[in-house]
Amino acid sequence: MTTHTRSIAGLKKKPFRPGKIGTHITIRELTKWYSGKPLYEDFELDIPKNKVTCIFGPNGCGKSTIINMIAGLIEPDGGNILFDGKSLKDTVIGYVFQNYRDALFPWLRAIDNIKYPLKLMGKSQVECDLRADSLIESFDVRFDLNRFPYELSGGQQQLVSIMRALAPEPEVLFLDEPFSALDYEMTLFIRDKLQEIFQNTKLTTVIVSHDLEEAVFLADEILLLTRRPTKVADVITFDAPRPRDINTLASETFIQTKLKCLEIFQREVRR
Amino acid sequence: MKELLQRSFGLLASNDVPAQGSYMKTQSSYMKTQIVERLRSIGQAMIGPISLILLWWLAAEADWVSENLLPGPWETFGTMFSNLVHGDMLKDAGATLKLTISALCIAGVLGIPVGILLGSNVSLYRSFEFVIDFFRSTPVTAMFPLFLLIFGIDDTSKISVAAFAAWLVLVFNVAYGVMNARKTRILAAKVMGASRGRVLRDVMLYESLTQTFVGIRMAISIGLVVIIVAEMFIGSVDGMGHRIIDSQQVYDLEDMYSSIIITGVLGYGLNLIFLALERWIVHWAGR
Repeated sequence: MTTHTRSIAGLKKKPFRPGKIGTHITIRELTKWYSGKPLYEDFELDIPKNKVTCIFGPNGCGKSTIINMIAGLIEPDGGNILFDGKSLKDTVIGYVFQNYRDALFPWLRAIDNIKYPLKLMGKSQVECDLRADSLIESFDVRFDLNRFPYELSGGQQQLVSIMRALAPEPEVLFLDEPFSALDYEMTLFIRDKLQEIFQNTKLTTVIVSHDLEEAVFLADEILLLTRRPTKVADVITFDAPRPRDINTLASETFIQTKLKCLEIFQREVRR
Repeated sequence: MKELLQRSFGLLASNDVPAQGSYMKTQSSYMKTQIVERLRSIGQAMIGPISLILLWWLAAEADWVSENLLPGPWETFGTMFSNLVHGDMLKDAGATLKLTISALCIAGVLGIPVGILLGSNVSLYRSFEFVIDFFRSTPVTAMFPLFLLIFGIDDTSKISVAAFAAWLVLVFNVAYGVMNARKTRILAAKVMGASRGRVLRDVMLYESLTQTFVGIRMAISIGLVVIIVAEMFIGSVDGMGHRIIDSQQVYDLEDMYSSIIITGVLGYGLNLIFLALERWIVHWAGR
Protein backbone atom coordinates (compact mmCIF):
# COMPACT_ATOMS: atom_id res chain seq x y z
CA MET A 1 0.00 0.00 0.00
CA THR A 2 2.75 2.37 0.96
CA THR A 3 4.75 1.97 -2.22
CA HIS A 4 1.56 2.13 -4.26
CA THR A 5 0.48 5.52 -2.96
CA ARG A 6 4.01 6.77 -3.07
CA SER A 7 4.31 5.96 -6.77
CA ILE A 8 1.00 7.74 -7.48
CA ALA A 9 2.25 10.78 -5.62
CA GLY A 10 5.40 10.54 -7.71
CA LEU A 11 3.51 10.37 -10.99
CA LYS A 12 1.53 13.57 -10.66
CA LYS A 13 4.46 15.59 -9.43
CA LYS A 14 3.53 19.24 -9.79
CA PRO A 15 6.18 21.94 -9.76
CA PHE A 16 6.85 23.09 -6.19
CA ARG A 17 4.65 26.01 -5.22
CA PRO A 18 6.25 28.19 -2.57
CA GLY A 19 4.09 29.52 0.25
CA LYS A 20 2.92 33.09 0.59
CA ILE A 21 5.26 35.66 2.08
CA GLY A 22 5.97 35.02 5.75
CA THR A 23 5.60 31.27 5.42
CA HIS A 24 7.98 29.11 7.40
CA ILE A 25 6.84 25.56 6.78
CA THR A 26 5.41 24.52 3.43
CA ILE A 27 3.55 21.24 3.19
CA ARG A 28 2.84 20.01 -0.33
CA GLU A 29 1.02 16.95 -1.71
CA LEU A 30 1.26 15.29 1.68
CA THR A 31 -0.24 11.81 1.69
CA LYS A 32 -0.72 9.43 4.59
CA TRP A 33 -2.84 6.29 4.59
CA TYR A 34 -3.90 4.37 7.65
CA SER A 35 -5.29 0.85 7.41
CA GLY A 36 -6.31 1.18 3.78
CA LYS A 37 -7.96 4.58 4.12
CA PRO A 38 -6.50 7.98 3.37
CA LEU A 39 -5.96 10.23 6.39
CA TYR A 40 -4.20 12.90 4.40
CA GLU A 41 -4.45 13.03 0.60
CA ASP A 42 -2.73 15.78 -1.34
CA PHE A 43 -2.71 17.93 1.78
CA GLU A 44 -1.28 21.43 1.42
CA LEU A 45 -0.53 23.90 4.17
CA ASP A 46 1.59 26.96 4.87
CA ILE A 47 2.62 27.55 8.47
CA PRO A 48 3.60 31.19 9.14
CA LYS A 49 6.95 32.23 10.50
CA ASN A 50 7.36 33.80 13.98
CA LYS A 51 3.75 33.00 14.80
CA VAL A 52 1.85 30.58 16.95
CA THR A 53 -0.34 28.19 15.01
CA CYS A 54 -2.83 26.12 16.96
CA ILE A 55 -4.25 23.05 15.31
CA PHE A 56 -7.81 22.15 16.21
CA GLY A 57 -10.16 19.64 14.69
CA PRO A 58 -12.55 16.73 15.24
CA ASN A 59 -11.39 13.52 16.88
CA GLY A 60 -9.36 11.25 14.65
CA CYS A 61 -8.65 13.88 12.03
CA GLY A 62 -4.94 13.46 12.61
CA LYS A 63 -4.02 16.60 14.56
CA SER A 64 -1.09 14.86 16.18
CA THR A 65 -0.28 12.93 13.01
CA ILE A 66 0.27 16.12 11.06
CA ILE A 67 2.74 17.61 13.52
CA ASN A 68 4.43 14.26 13.93
CA MET A 69 4.89 14.10 10.17
CA ILE A 70 6.30 17.63 10.12
CA ALA A 71 8.60 16.79 13.03
CA GLY A 72 9.71 13.57 11.36
CA LEU A 73 8.28 11.21 13.97
CA ILE A 74 5.91 9.64 11.45
CA GLU A 75 6.99 8.91 7.92
CA PRO A 76 4.49 10.30 5.38
CA ASP A 77 3.58 8.09 2.40
CA GLY A 78 4.26 10.90 -0.02
CA GLY A 79 4.67 14.61 -0.47
CA ASN A 80 7.22 17.00 0.91
CA ILE A 81 7.65 19.30 3.87
CA LEU A 82 10.15 22.15 3.80
CA PHE A 83 11.32 24.62 6.45
CA ASP A 84 12.24 27.84 4.68
CA GLY A 85 13.13 25.66 1.73
CA LYS A 86 15.29 23.32 3.82
CA SER A 87 14.54 19.74 4.68
CA LEU A 88 14.00 18.59 8.26
CA LYS A 89 17.54 17.18 8.30
CA ASP A 90 18.96 20.70 8.11
CA THR A 91 16.52 22.17 10.61
CA VAL A 92 16.71 22.24 14.40
CA ILE A 93 13.31 21.64 15.93
CA GLY A 94 11.98 21.28 19.45
CA TYR A 95 9.17 18.94 20.39
CA VAL A 96 7.15 18.78 23.58
CA PHE A 97 5.18 15.60 24.15
CA GLN A 98 1.81 15.32 25.77
CA ASN A 99 3.03 12.85 28.34
CA TYR A 100 6.04 14.38 30.05
CA ARG A 101 6.40 11.32 32.25
CA ASP A 102 7.18 9.14 29.26
CA ALA A 103 9.16 11.77 27.38
CA LEU A 104 11.77 12.81 29.93
CA PHE A 105 14.64 10.49 30.73
CA PRO A 106 14.20 9.44 34.37
CA TRP A 107 17.82 8.22 34.61
CA LEU A 108 19.06 11.77 34.04
CA ARG A 109 18.63 14.65 36.44
CA ALA A 110 16.31 17.40 35.20
CA ILE A 111 19.25 19.62 34.33
CA ASP A 112 20.90 16.82 32.32
CA ASN A 113 17.64 16.22 30.52
CA ILE A 114 17.73 19.85 29.45
CA LYS A 115 21.35 19.56 28.32
CA TYR A 116 20.83 16.28 26.51
CA PRO A 117 19.99 17.71 23.05
CA LEU A 118 23.05 19.96 23.32
CA LYS A 119 25.24 16.98 24.12
CA LEU A 120 23.78 15.24 21.07
CA MET A 121 24.87 18.20 18.96
CA GLY A 122 28.39 17.72 20.26
CA LYS A 123 28.45 20.89 22.36
CA SER A 124 31.11 21.17 25.03
CA GLN A 125 30.34 21.03 28.74
CA VAL A 126 30.87 24.79 29.03
CA GLU A 127 28.49 25.56 26.17
CA CYS A 128 25.88 23.23 27.70
CA ASP A 129 26.22 24.95 31.08
CA LEU A 130 25.94 28.43 29.57
CA ARG A 131 22.84 27.56 27.58
CA ALA A 132 21.23 25.84 30.56
CA ASP A 133 21.98 28.86 32.75
CA SER A 134 20.41 31.26 30.30
CA LEU A 135 17.31 29.04 30.04
CA ILE A 136 17.03 28.82 33.82
CA GLU A 137 17.29 32.57 34.04
CA SER A 138 14.73 33.30 31.34
CA PHE A 139 12.30 30.79 32.84
CA ASP A 140 12.91 32.02 36.35
CA VAL A 141 13.06 28.43 37.59
CA ARG A 142 12.41 28.21 41.31
CA PHE A 143 12.80 24.47 41.87
CA ASP A 144 15.90 22.30 42.09
CA LEU A 145 16.91 21.09 38.64
CA ASN A 146 19.39 18.66 40.18
CA ARG A 147 16.50 16.41 41.06
CA PHE A 148 15.35 13.49 38.97
CA PRO A 149 12.19 14.07 36.89
CA TYR A 150 10.09 11.72 39.02
CA GLU A 151 10.85 13.89 42.04
CA LEU A 152 9.20 16.89 40.39
CA SER A 153 5.54 17.78 40.05
CA GLY A 154 3.75 17.31 36.74
CA GLY A 155 3.96 20.98 35.86
CA GLN A 156 7.63 21.15 36.75
CA GLN A 157 8.29 18.09 34.59
CA GLN A 158 6.47 19.63 31.64
CA LEU A 159 8.45 22.83 32.16
CA VAL A 160 11.64 20.76 32.03
CA SER A 161 10.38 19.17 28.77
CA ILE A 162 9.81 22.60 27.32
CA MET A 163 13.24 23.77 28.41
CA ARG A 164 14.76 20.66 26.88
CA ALA A 165 12.95 21.36 23.61
CA LEU A 166 14.18 24.96 23.62
CA ALA A 167 17.77 24.18 24.63
CA PRO A 168 19.17 23.74 21.11
CA GLU A 169 17.57 27.07 20.05
CA PRO A 170 15.17 25.48 17.59
CA GLU A 171 13.69 27.14 14.53
CA VAL A 172 10.30 25.62 15.23
CA LEU A 173 8.71 24.44 18.46
CA PHE A 174 6.08 21.72 18.33
CA LEU A 175 3.79 21.01 21.26
CA ASP A 176 1.45 18.05 21.18
CA GLU A 177 -1.38 18.73 23.64
CA PRO A 178 1.09 19.99 26.22
CA PHE A 179 -1.54 20.68 28.88
CA SER A 180 -3.72 17.61 28.71
CA ALA A 181 -1.83 15.75 31.44
CA LEU A 182 -1.66 18.75 33.75
CA ASP A 183 -4.03 20.09 36.37
CA TYR A 184 -5.60 23.50 35.88
CA GLU A 185 -3.17 25.42 38.06
CA MET A 186 -0.21 24.01 36.20
CA THR A 187 -1.90 24.58 32.86
CA LEU A 188 -2.20 28.28 33.64
CA PHE A 189 1.41 28.40 34.80
CA ILE A 190 2.83 26.68 31.70
CA ARG A 191 0.54 28.74 29.44
CA ASP A 192 2.03 31.95 30.83
CA LYS A 193 5.55 30.61 30.44
CA LEU A 194 4.81 29.73 26.81
CA GLN A 195 3.42 33.18 26.17
CA GLU A 196 6.63 34.67 27.53
CA ILE A 197 8.61 32.60 25.06
CA PHE A 198 6.45 33.69 22.11
CA GLN A 199 6.74 37.28 23.12
CA ASN A 200 10.46 37.25 23.71
CA THR A 201 11.70 35.00 20.94
CA LYS A 202 9.03 35.13 18.20
CA LEU A 203 9.67 31.44 17.78
CA THR A 204 7.58 29.69 15.15
CA THR A 205 5.33 27.44 17.21
CA VAL A 206 2.84 24.76 16.32
CA ILE A 207 0.49 23.55 19.06
CA VAL A 208 -1.97 20.72 18.83
CA SER A 209 -4.89 21.34 21.13
CA HIS A 210 -8.11 19.63 22.02
CA ASP A 211 -9.42 22.66 23.89
CA LEU A 212 -10.76 25.40 21.65
CA GLU A 213 -10.55 28.14 24.25
CA GLU A 214 -6.94 27.30 24.94
CA ALA A 215 -6.16 27.11 21.23
CA VAL A 216 -7.61 30.56 20.53
CA PHE A 217 -6.03 32.04 23.63
CA LEU A 218 -2.53 30.98 22.60
CA ALA A 219 -2.79 31.32 18.84
CA ASP A 220 -1.95 33.89 16.24
CA GLU A 221 -3.60 31.56 13.78
CA ILE A 222 -6.06 28.78 14.48
CA LEU A 223 -5.90 26.03 11.93
CA LEU A 224 -9.19 24.16 11.78
CA LEU A 225 -9.16 20.71 10.23
CA THR A 226 -11.98 18.66 8.70
CA ARG A 227 -12.91 15.03 9.28
CA ARG A 228 -10.78 12.48 7.42
CA PRO A 229 -9.60 12.53 4.69
CA THR A 230 -8.39 15.66 6.38
CA LYS A 231 -8.32 19.06 4.71
CA VAL A 232 -7.91 22.56 6.05
CA ALA A 233 -11.42 23.74 6.94
CA ASP A 234 -10.31 27.29 7.65
CA VAL A 235 -7.55 29.38 9.11
CA ILE A 236 -8.71 32.00 11.60
CA THR A 237 -6.46 34.84 12.74
CA PHE A 238 -6.52 36.06 16.31
CA ASP A 239 -4.28 39.06 16.82
CA ALA A 240 -4.99 40.19 20.36
CA PRO A 241 -1.88 41.77 21.85
CA ARG A 242 0.38 39.78 24.16
CA PRO A 243 0.71 39.18 27.00
CA ARG A 244 -2.82 37.89 27.02
CA ASP A 245 -4.63 37.44 30.30
CA ILE A 246 -8.10 37.17 31.82
CA ASN A 247 -9.09 40.39 30.08
CA THR A 248 -8.24 38.80 26.77
CA LEU A 249 -10.55 35.92 27.60
CA ALA A 250 -13.35 38.36 28.34
CA SER A 251 -12.73 40.55 25.30
CA GLU A 252 -15.21 40.81 22.45
CA THR A 253 -12.69 39.78 19.78
CA PHE A 254 -11.76 36.63 21.72
CA ILE A 255 -15.37 35.61 22.12
CA GLN A 256 -16.14 36.35 18.49
CA THR A 257 -13.09 34.44 17.26
CA LYS A 258 -13.92 31.47 19.43
CA LEU A 259 -17.51 31.50 18.22
CA LYS A 260 -16.41 31.60 14.61
CA CYS A 261 -14.07 28.64 15.17
CA LEU A 262 -16.82 26.74 16.95
CA GLU A 263 -19.22 27.30 14.06
CA ILE A 264 -16.70 25.99 11.57
CA PHE A 265 -15.88 23.08 13.83
CA GLN A 266 -19.52 22.10 14.27
CA ARG A 267 -20.14 22.41 10.55
CA GLU A 268 -17.25 20.05 9.92
CA VAL A 269 -18.27 17.57 12.59
CA ARG A 270 -21.84 17.33 11.26
CA ARG A 271 -20.74 17.02 7.65
CA MET B 1 27.02 9.56 45.61
CA LYS B 2 26.16 10.00 49.24
CA GLU B 3 22.68 11.03 48.27
CA LEU B 4 22.34 8.03 45.99
CA LEU B 5 23.38 5.70 48.77
CA GLN B 6 20.97 7.30 51.16
CA ARG B 7 18.22 7.03 48.63
CA SER B 8 18.84 3.38 47.84
CA PHE B 9 19.24 2.60 51.50
CA GLY B 10 16.01 4.38 52.23
CA LEU B 11 14.33 2.36 49.52
CA LEU B 12 15.66 -0.86 50.94
CA ALA B 13 14.68 0.04 54.43
CA SER B 14 11.15 1.23 53.88
CA ASN B 15 8.69 2.53 51.38
CA ASP B 16 7.21 5.24 53.51
CA VAL B 17 8.76 8.60 52.86
CA PRO B 18 8.08 11.07 55.64
CA ALA B 19 5.44 13.58 54.67
CA GLN B 20 6.85 17.03 54.24
CA GLY B 21 4.72 18.97 56.66
CA SER B 22 3.59 17.00 59.67
CA TYR B 23 1.79 19.64 61.65
CA MET B 24 0.47 17.58 64.50
CA LYS B 25 3.49 15.54 65.44
CA THR B 26 6.83 16.73 66.66
CA GLN B 27 9.90 15.38 64.97
CA SER B 28 10.75 12.96 67.77
CA SER B 29 7.28 11.50 68.13
CA TYR B 30 7.20 11.09 64.38
CA MET B 31 10.48 9.15 64.55
CA LYS B 32 9.12 7.08 67.38
CA THR B 33 6.09 6.00 65.38
CA GLN B 34 8.40 5.25 62.49
CA ILE B 35 10.57 2.99 64.64
CA VAL B 36 7.49 1.22 65.96
CA GLU B 37 6.31 0.75 62.37
CA ARG B 38 9.70 -0.62 61.37
CA LEU B 39 9.77 -3.06 64.29
CA ARG B 40 6.27 -4.21 63.51
CA SER B 41 7.13 -4.92 59.89
CA ILE B 42 10.27 -6.82 60.92
CA GLY B 43 8.18 -8.79 63.42
CA GLN B 44 5.64 -9.64 60.74
CA ALA B 45 8.37 -10.84 58.41
CA MET B 46 9.82 -13.10 61.12
CA ILE B 47 6.57 -14.96 61.82
CA GLY B 48 7.02 -17.31 58.84
CA PRO B 49 10.61 -18.46 59.51
CA ILE B 50 10.02 -18.78 63.26
CA SER B 51 6.90 -20.93 62.81
CA LEU B 52 8.76 -23.12 60.31
CA ILE B 53 11.59 -23.72 62.78
CA LEU B 54 9.06 -24.37 65.57
CA LEU B 55 7.24 -26.86 63.36
CA TRP B 56 10.55 -28.51 62.54
CA TRP B 57 11.44 -28.68 66.22
CA LEU B 58 8.03 -30.14 67.10
CA ALA B 59 8.24 -32.69 64.30
CA ALA B 60 11.69 -33.81 65.45
CA GLU B 61 10.93 -33.69 69.18
CA ALA B 62 7.57 -35.42 69.05
CA ASP B 63 8.93 -38.02 66.64
CA TRP B 64 6.35 -37.21 63.96
CA VAL B 65 9.12 -37.95 61.52
CA SER B 66 11.66 -40.70 62.10
CA GLU B 67 14.85 -39.55 63.68
CA ASN B 68 16.64 -41.28 60.81
CA LEU B 69 15.22 -38.72 58.42
CA LEU B 70 15.00 -35.52 60.41
CA PRO B 71 17.45 -34.26 62.99
CA GLY B 72 16.26 -31.46 65.27
CA PRO B 73 16.83 -27.82 64.36
CA TRP B 74 19.18 -27.06 67.25
CA GLU B 75 21.47 -29.99 66.47
CA THR B 76 21.45 -28.99 62.82
CA PHE B 77 22.26 -25.38 63.52
CA GLY B 78 24.94 -26.50 65.94
CA THR B 79 26.54 -28.71 63.31
CA MET B 80 26.21 -25.90 60.80
CA PHE B 81 28.00 -23.52 63.11
CA SER B 82 30.87 -25.87 63.91
CA ASN B 83 31.23 -26.89 60.23
CA LEU B 84 31.31 -23.28 59.19
CA VAL B 85 33.78 -22.21 61.85
CA HIS B 86 35.96 -25.27 62.31
CA GLY B 87 35.11 -27.46 59.30
CA ASP B 88 35.41 -26.93 55.56
CA MET B 89 31.85 -25.84 54.83
CA LEU B 90 32.93 -22.30 54.03
CA LYS B 91 35.41 -23.68 51.54
CA ASP B 92 32.65 -25.69 49.86
CA ALA B 93 30.33 -22.70 49.81
CA GLY B 94 33.17 -20.61 48.37
CA ALA B 95 33.78 -23.19 45.64
CA THR B 96 30.11 -23.19 44.65
CA LEU B 97 29.98 -19.42 44.77
CA LYS B 98 33.07 -19.19 42.59
CA LEU B 99 31.61 -21.49 39.93
CA THR B 100 28.22 -19.75 40.00
CA ILE B 101 29.70 -16.28 39.71
CA SER B 102 32.07 -17.37 36.93
CA ALA B 103 29.12 -18.79 35.02
CA LEU B 104 27.12 -15.59 35.60
CA CYS B 105 29.97 -13.37 34.46
CA ILE B 106 30.37 -15.33 31.24
CA ALA B 107 26.62 -15.27 30.71
CA GLY B 108 26.53 -11.53 31.35
CA VAL B 109 29.42 -10.62 29.09
CA LEU B 110 28.06 -12.74 26.25
CA GLY B 111 24.36 -12.38 26.96
CA ILE B 112 23.67 -8.70 27.55
CA PRO B 113 25.16 -7.45 24.24
CA VAL B 114 23.43 -10.23 22.31
CA GLY B 115 20.15 -9.39 24.03
CA ILE B 116 20.48 -5.72 23.16
CA LEU B 117 21.35 -6.60 19.57
CA LEU B 118 18.37 -8.95 19.22
CA GLY B 119 16.01 -6.61 21.00
CA SER B 120 16.90 -3.60 18.90
CA ASN B 121 16.51 -5.52 15.66
CA VAL B 122 13.06 -7.04 15.47
CA SER B 123 13.66 -9.05 12.30
CA LEU B 124 16.82 -10.54 13.79
CA TYR B 125 14.87 -11.41 16.92
CA ARG B 126 12.16 -13.12 14.87
CA SER B 127 14.81 -15.21 13.14
CA PHE B 128 16.21 -16.49 16.42
CA GLU B 129 13.05 -16.49 18.54
CA PHE B 130 12.35 -20.16 17.91
CA VAL B 131 15.91 -21.28 18.67
CA ILE B 132 16.01 -19.32 21.92
CA ASP B 133 12.55 -20.48 22.98
CA PHE B 134 13.42 -24.07 22.12
CA PHE B 135 16.60 -24.16 24.18
CA ARG B 136 14.95 -22.21 26.96
CA SER B 137 12.32 -24.94 27.16
CA THR B 138 14.88 -27.74 27.02
CA PRO B 139 16.01 -28.78 30.49
CA VAL B 140 19.61 -27.72 30.50
CA THR B 141 20.57 -30.79 32.52
CA ALA B 142 19.77 -32.80 29.40
CA MET B 143 22.87 -31.26 27.89
CA PHE B 144 25.26 -32.26 30.65
CA PRO B 145 26.63 -35.24 28.73
CA LEU B 146 27.21 -33.09 25.67
CA PHE B 147 29.07 -30.45 27.64
CA LEU B 148 31.07 -33.19 29.37
CA LEU B 149 32.10 -34.47 25.96
CA ILE B 150 33.16 -31.04 24.84
CA PHE B 151 34.78 -29.66 27.99
CA GLY B 152 35.79 -32.77 29.88
CA ILE B 153 35.11 -33.74 33.49
CA ASP B 154 36.18 -30.67 35.39
CA ASP B 155 34.91 -27.25 36.46
CA THR B 156 34.99 -25.95 32.89
CA SER B 157 32.07 -28.13 31.89
CA LYS B 158 30.10 -27.19 35.02
CA ILE B 159 30.66 -23.50 34.45
CA SER B 160 29.81 -23.77 30.78
CA VAL B 161 26.51 -25.60 31.31
CA ALA B 162 25.46 -23.09 33.96
CA ALA B 163 26.66 -20.21 31.81
CA PHE B 164 24.69 -21.55 28.87
CA ALA B 165 21.49 -21.79 30.89
CA ALA B 166 22.00 -18.34 32.43
CA TRP B 167 22.90 -16.89 29.04
CA LEU B 168 19.61 -18.00 27.47
CA VAL B 169 17.59 -16.41 30.27
CA LEU B 170 19.61 -13.22 30.06
CA VAL B 171 19.40 -12.90 26.28
CA PHE B 172 15.68 -13.40 26.35
CA ASN B 173 15.06 -10.90 29.13
CA VAL B 174 17.41 -8.21 27.86
CA ALA B 175 15.97 -8.50 24.35
CA TYR B 176 12.48 -8.28 25.79
CA GLY B 177 13.44 -5.21 27.81
CA VAL B 178 14.91 -3.45 24.79
CA MET B 179 11.89 -4.31 22.65
CA ASN B 180 9.51 -2.93 25.25
CA ALA B 181 11.40 0.32 25.71
CA ARG B 182 8.94 3.14 26.01
CA LYS B 183 8.11 4.39 22.53
CA THR B 184 7.83 8.03 23.57
CA ARG B 185 11.36 8.16 24.98
CA ILE B 186 12.82 6.70 21.81
CA LEU B 187 10.83 9.22 19.77
CA ALA B 188 11.98 12.01 22.08
CA ALA B 189 15.61 11.07 21.47
CA LYS B 190 15.02 10.76 17.72
CA VAL B 191 13.32 14.13 17.45
CA MET B 192 16.31 15.70 19.22
CA GLY B 193 18.46 14.27 16.46
CA ALA B 194 19.86 11.12 18.09
CA SER B 195 21.28 8.55 15.70
CA ARG B 196 20.31 4.88 15.92
CA GLY B 197 23.42 4.16 17.95
CA ARG B 198 22.75 7.02 20.35
CA VAL B 199 19.13 5.96 20.82
CA LEU B 200 20.39 2.48 21.66
CA ARG B 201 23.03 3.72 24.09
CA ASP B 202 21.18 6.65 25.66
CA VAL B 203 17.63 5.30 25.81
CA MET B 204 17.13 1.63 25.05
CA LEU B 205 19.97 0.51 27.30
CA TYR B 206 18.47 2.31 30.28
CA GLU B 207 14.93 1.32 29.41
CA SER B 208 15.95 -2.33 29.30
CA LEU B 209 17.69 -2.25 32.69
CA THR B 210 14.64 -3.25 34.74
CA GLN B 211 14.07 -6.32 32.62
CA THR B 212 17.82 -7.01 32.54
CA PHE B 213 17.85 -7.23 36.31
CA VAL B 214 14.87 -9.57 36.24
CA GLY B 215 16.95 -11.66 33.84
CA ILE B 216 20.03 -11.48 36.05
CA ARG B 217 18.12 -12.70 39.07
CA MET B 218 16.55 -15.52 37.08
CA ALA B 219 20.01 -16.37 35.73
CA ILE B 220 21.37 -16.54 39.28
CA SER B 221 18.69 -19.03 40.31
CA ILE B 222 19.19 -21.21 37.25
CA GLY B 223 22.97 -20.94 37.42
CA LEU B 224 23.01 -22.04 41.05
CA VAL B 225 20.65 -24.97 40.36
CA VAL B 226 22.86 -26.18 37.53
CA ILE B 227 26.09 -25.78 39.51
CA ILE B 228 24.70 -27.66 42.53
CA VAL B 229 23.41 -30.53 40.38
CA ALA B 230 26.67 -30.64 38.44
CA GLU B 231 28.67 -30.77 41.66
CA MET B 232 26.59 -33.72 42.78
CA PHE B 233 27.18 -35.84 39.74
CA ILE B 234 30.17 -34.63 37.78
CA GLY B 235 33.43 -35.65 39.46
CA SER B 236 33.74 -33.00 42.17
CA VAL B 237 35.96 -32.80 45.20
CA ASP B 238 34.31 -29.76 46.74
CA GLY B 239 31.28 -27.51 46.43
CA MET B 240 27.92 -27.55 48.23
CA GLY B 241 26.39 -30.02 45.78
CA HIS B 242 29.23 -32.41 46.42
CA ARG B 243 28.90 -31.88 50.16
CA ILE B 244 25.14 -32.52 50.17
CA ILE B 245 25.39 -35.79 48.24
CA ASP B 246 28.46 -36.85 50.24
CA SER B 247 26.78 -36.32 53.59
CA GLN B 248 23.72 -38.18 52.31
CA GLN B 249 25.92 -41.14 51.26
CA VAL B 250 27.57 -41.35 54.67
CA TYR B 251 24.27 -40.62 56.38
CA ASP B 252 25.45 -37.44 58.11
CA LEU B 253 21.97 -35.93 58.21
CA GLU B 254 22.87 -32.87 60.28
CA ASP B 255 25.56 -31.93 57.79
CA MET B 256 23.19 -32.59 54.88
CA TYR B 257 20.43 -30.40 56.29
CA SER B 258 22.82 -27.62 57.20
CA SER B 259 24.42 -27.81 53.73
CA ILE B 260 20.98 -27.48 52.15
CA ILE B 261 20.26 -24.44 54.31
CA ILE B 262 23.61 -22.83 53.49
CA THR B 263 22.97 -23.43 49.79
CA GLY B 264 19.65 -21.68 50.23
CA VAL B 265 21.39 -18.81 52.00
CA LEU B 266 23.76 -18.59 49.04
CA GLY B 267 20.92 -18.29 46.54
CA TYR B 268 18.90 -15.91 48.68
CA GLY B 269 21.93 -13.74 49.42
CA LEU B 270 22.89 -13.42 45.76
CA ASN B 271 19.32 -12.52 44.94
CA LEU B 272 19.24 -9.91 47.68
CA ILE B 273 22.51 -8.34 46.53
CA PHE B 274 21.25 -7.95 43.00
CA LEU B 275 17.89 -6.67 44.20
CA ALA B 276 19.69 -3.96 46.16
CA LEU B 277 21.92 -3.23 43.17
CA GLU B 278 18.84 -2.96 40.99
CA ARG B 279 17.15 -0.50 43.34
CA TRP B 280 20.28 1.57 43.39
CA ILE B 281 20.95 1.57 39.64
CA VAL B 282 17.37 1.56 38.31
CA HIS B 283 16.29 4.16 40.83
CA TRP B 284 13.48 5.43 38.61
CA ALA B 285 11.67 2.08 38.31
CA GLY B 286 8.01 2.29 39.19
CA ARG B 287 8.11 6.03 39.81
